[in-house]
Amino acid sequence: MTLAPSPATDLPVSDADPFGHEVLEDPLPLHHQLREAGPVVYLSRYDVHALSRYEQVQAALVDWQQFQSAAGVGLSNFRTEEPWRPPSLLLEADPPRHDAPRRVLTAVLGPRALRRLRDRWAADAEQLVDEVLAAGTEFDAVPALAQAFPLRVFPDAVGLGPDGRENLLPYGDHAFNAFGPANDLVAKGTPRVAELSGWVGEQCARAALSEDGFGAAIWAAADRGEITPQQAPLVVRSLLTAGVDTTVHALSAILHAFATHPDQWARLVADPSLARVAFDEAIRWESPVQTFFRTTTADVRIGGVVVPEGRKVLLFLAAANRDPRRWTDPDTFDLGRDPSGHVGFGMGLHQCVGQHVARLEAEAVLTALSRRVRTIALAGPAQRHHNNTLRAWHSMPVRLTVR
Amino acid sequence: MPQVEQSNETRRSAVDRTVVQVAEKVRVADGVVTLTLTAPDGGRLPDWTPGAHVDLTLGDGLSRQYSLCGDRWDAHSYRVGVLLEPASRGGSRYVHEQLEPGHVVGLGGPRNHFPLVPAESYLFVAGGIGITPLLPMIVQAQLLGADWRLLYGGRTRSSMAFLAELSAYGDRVAVRPQDESGLLDLAGFVGDPRPGTEVYSCGPAPLLTAMEAACAAWPARALHTERFAAAEQGPPVRTAAFDVQLHRTGRTVTVTPDVSVLEALGAAGVDVLSSCRQGTCGTCETTVLAGVPDHRDSLLSDDERAAGDCMYPCVSRSCSDRLVLDL
Repeated sequence: MTLAPSPATDLPVSDADPFGHEVLEDPLPLHHQLREAGPVVYLSRYDVHALSRYEQVQAALVDWQQFQSAAGVGLSNFRTEEPWRPPSLLLEADPPRHDAPRRVLTAVLGPRALRRLRDRWAADAEQLVDEVLAAGTEFDAVPALAQAFPLRVFPDAVGLGPDGRENLLPYGDHAFNAFGPANDLVAKGTPRVAELSGWVGEQCARAALSEDGFGAAIWAAADRGEITPQQAPLVVRSLLTAGVDTTVHALSAILHAFATHPDQWARLVADPSLARVAFDEAIRWESPVQTFFRTTTADVRIGGVVVPEGRKVLLFLAAANRDPRRWTDPDTFDLGRDPSGHVGFGMGLHQCVGQHVARLEAEAVLTALSRRVRTIALAGPAQRHHNNTLRAWHSMPVRLTVR
Repeated sequence: MPQVEQSNETRRSAVDRTVVQVAEKVRVADGVVTLTLTAPDGGRLPDWTPGAHVDLTLGDGLSRQYSLCGDRWDAHSYRVGVLLEPASRGGSRYVHEQLEPGHVVGLGGPRNHFPLVPAESYLFVAGGIGITPLLPMIVQAQLLGADWRLLYGGRTRSSMAFLAELSAYGDRVAVRPQDESGLLDLAGFVGDPRPGTEVYSCGPAPLLTAMEAACAAWPARALHTERFAAAEQGPPVRTAAFDVQLHRTGRTVTVTPDVSVLEALGAAGVDVLSSCRQGTCGTCETTVLAGVPDHRDSLLSDDERAAGDCMYPCVSRSCSDRLVLDL
């Protein structure tokens, strides 16, 4: 790519493609370049402004008034383009429409509400780890652990029926690709969009959901009038879109972090109570959700540059999470660090509403692994999975030694 | 390095709101003042939704709840309306007689136990200062294109705040001072039950009791009320330092009034994972083994607050001399 200040505005201009395969394979060099170029960079290829330093990304995330989500958090501008599906009531809505769905989901997925799942998920994780280790100590950690655990516990927690769960990952993968430009990754998913959307839509109906899951709790909120019956299925859909791939890739990130940082694994084994910190540090370090867009609602001055009203602004959460202006030794995965304040879940009123679910899943898996496993090492080259929004692994061969 | 200083400044100003400053105090009706509250550093204040209130810690440990009645799109100021209660136990008198622009008061919340649910139409009924939580609800109803009407009663016209603001809405608003119109005709205003209509009412206890009677034929959940009597006296909010004992290590950390529990723990080298630092996300939830937490978060229900077995140390504090935490 080339990067040069525009002579007219002093605004650094880059022709890089953040959604190209080279960057998706390894985004870190681009993130470094963009951070160093300035607080705002113009990405000429997509005609968008980009923020990649912690200070500006964090400030834009909390400023829902000037950086709206309702025009879509992908490249597509809902003011002028038709969304590929009805917009999310959570992610793609701002106050006042955002309030009631957010309030309901916050209660359904809050730390207090999840307490009843803690013991069950801990037992599920122990069982999964036992099964995996019984089959061998060398395996691909992506399907065996990172995908297996969320797919084992999350659809049950939502209350999905037994059939069609294999649709969840392709649906999520496409939804997160669709936040990027209409590139080959989007084209890859397009043939199945109608079928997958149809299946997901059917699962959101009250009759499709068991009586004790998150889905039923959302419908119960509709019964209490906290949301409308028309809103309930879309709120359930948010769970199914955002609740699976993100957690899978977060678990992959954690496993990769430990496989490449044996000293940190030893630390966790010695003190399993570090599991919670390990999860957030891995989210900071790898940022499974790399980017989201916002749209300016006014002329916004950022670091001496005015971004005009109605512009798409690309927020590099991942770059902010490794900004040396905010973090000491940002590229180091370190359980001794306090990762509080990372923007891997976003920040402000759109902050990931499912973060406690993800934390609980990761804590269960890490705790179970730390009990059985002395060392984790890569047994071969890990392969990335490319997605326009998510940083992911396709496969990760690992070799474990058992305690 | 200036950049590092700037970054630290950002971190501080984006989080850790435990105080606000009185920017403006205006007499808006007989016995009613509004306070405009801002962050001392001019930064953003925590987001809120219509129906939310904040706890203000006034003077020497008086904690009072006031509904937010300003513009939620203004991230840099809150507005509250305060009625001088004839039988004030200290809070409203303090606000009216002693609180002045420039003064700093403690902040808890915002919390919302009176949220606006989605509906096709709304009926709003306010008694006196009970108009405050309904003002931002009306703005929202208007934005959402919902049908709505307001019945607003008070002792006298001159005692009723925000009439100029409400006059912009024309005949959607019925202003009924008691000395001109007598008691409010609640049954006439509410009428028969209608699906898709939600009723919101705030004011003195007798009004709310009468509203319950007027809505007797409605589904129970259609009537939403918030009692605007002087708030029940909560647990005393300490203005002195307190100790936090860490159960797992046996260490004790002293929390002084100017820092949060989270900050005090961090300064002592005990990092507790946190995120929003506003008592809204729940990341820093910590188990309380002994002592009485002074809850200032937006997460716990009244029952959970009463149970006292967990707290959010980013904003919550202690009522007792000592808290024992599972850390």
